[in-house]
Amino acid sequence: MEPKKPFELIVREHGPTVLRVCRAVLGPHDAEDGWSETFLSALRAYPELPAGANVQAWLVTIAHRKSIDIVRTRNRQPVPVDVLPVSHSGLGIPGDGHAEVLDAVGQLPPKQRQAVAYHYLAGLPYKDVAVLLGGTPDAARRAGADGVKALRTILVDGSVSYVKEETP
Amino acid sequence: MTIDHNEPDVSELLAPFDSVEPAVLQRLHDRLAAAAAEQHTLDIAYRTVDSPIGKLLLAATERGMVRVAFEVEDHDAVLQLLAEKLSPRILFSAGRLDPAARELDEYFAGMRHNFDLPLDFSLSRGFRLSVLEHLPHIAYGHTESYAQVALAAGSPRAVRAVGTACATNPLPVIVPCHRVVKSDGSFGNYLGGTEAKRTLLALEAA
Repeated sequence: MEPKKPFELIVREHGPTVLRVCRAVLGPHDAEDGWSETFLSALRAYPELPAGANVQAWLVTIAHRKSIDIVRTRNRQPVPVDVLPVSHSGLGIPGDGHAEVLDAVGQLPPKQRQAVAYHYLAGLPYKDVAVLLGGTPDAARRAGADGVKALRTILVDGSVSYVKEETP
Repeated sequence: MTIDHNEPDVSELLAPFDSVEPAVLQRLHDRLAAAAAEQHTLDIAYRTVDSPIGKLLLAATERGMVRVAFEVEDHDAVLQLLAEKLSPRILFSAGRLDPAARELDEYFAGMRHNFDLPLDFSLSRGFRLSVLEHLPHIAYGHTESYAQVALAAGSPRAVRAVGTACATNPLPVIVPCHRVVKSDGSFGNYLGGTEAKRTLLALEAA
């Protein structure tokens, strides 16, 4: 069995993915709190994590729970919220589409948003996504597919800045 | 079931998520290390410092300095061993090591003759620990032979064991195993290399 690595390596290896997931699920405003709470909690529990466990799936599970807590605290209402507050936070390089995608993801219903984040950004198989969301793997797969379809509509078809290139 | 990732158009759609600014991750990492230290879940903090005998890894528990490692030991391998022997709750964090880094700087500048740092001897036991506890009593600029150290540690015949204790000293430089030399006055081996031992003894002789 592979011995457990220093936690520093876990942060370096998975920190970017967890931040992407938090940005998608929580939006830019709360993403950093989500990241911090996820890794603090993970560090506390790390010695008890079974050797050979899937660390990324474990971290995404913690991030999922922490996100629910954060949204619940923020809104004082059952989670997750339907629509994330639209926020232009200056994330990313202007024009790289970062803010646009974050806004678009924020417009998705919570389950679709989570399914897209956990499956496409964190690479979790739909059977694991289903465990997090509750429901069947098929339902999780549908949520992911619907989410992607909705994103495409918002970003591509619905965007005024989208100009199809003309062939000369 | 790998079909799921066979969707290049989705990757393209979500591509803007890929960019995660290194500065943001750095800030989050530092914030994590500070919060963990506050919550007592940062079992081992580490950093590196440059020195005349190469880059040194410094690691400390909440109790004190637990490890100093030479570059030749391979710092990644040393951290992995700490994870297995003590705790995997290890983060890069300069703060806890600031006093050690400062005292080492002063030492290498010739301004400091004694280290005043809390030490954690968790990695050493038995006779080796007795040897390590004796070493700080060898004054700056002086040396003792392996036989003298064996005598001082209470086992006059355990000369070879003194050699092993020095060779496995988890806190070199700070616990001065470089001050133990062969009876004929030659340097003897040193985990950081004979050249490093020569440098340290020359520094202290100046």
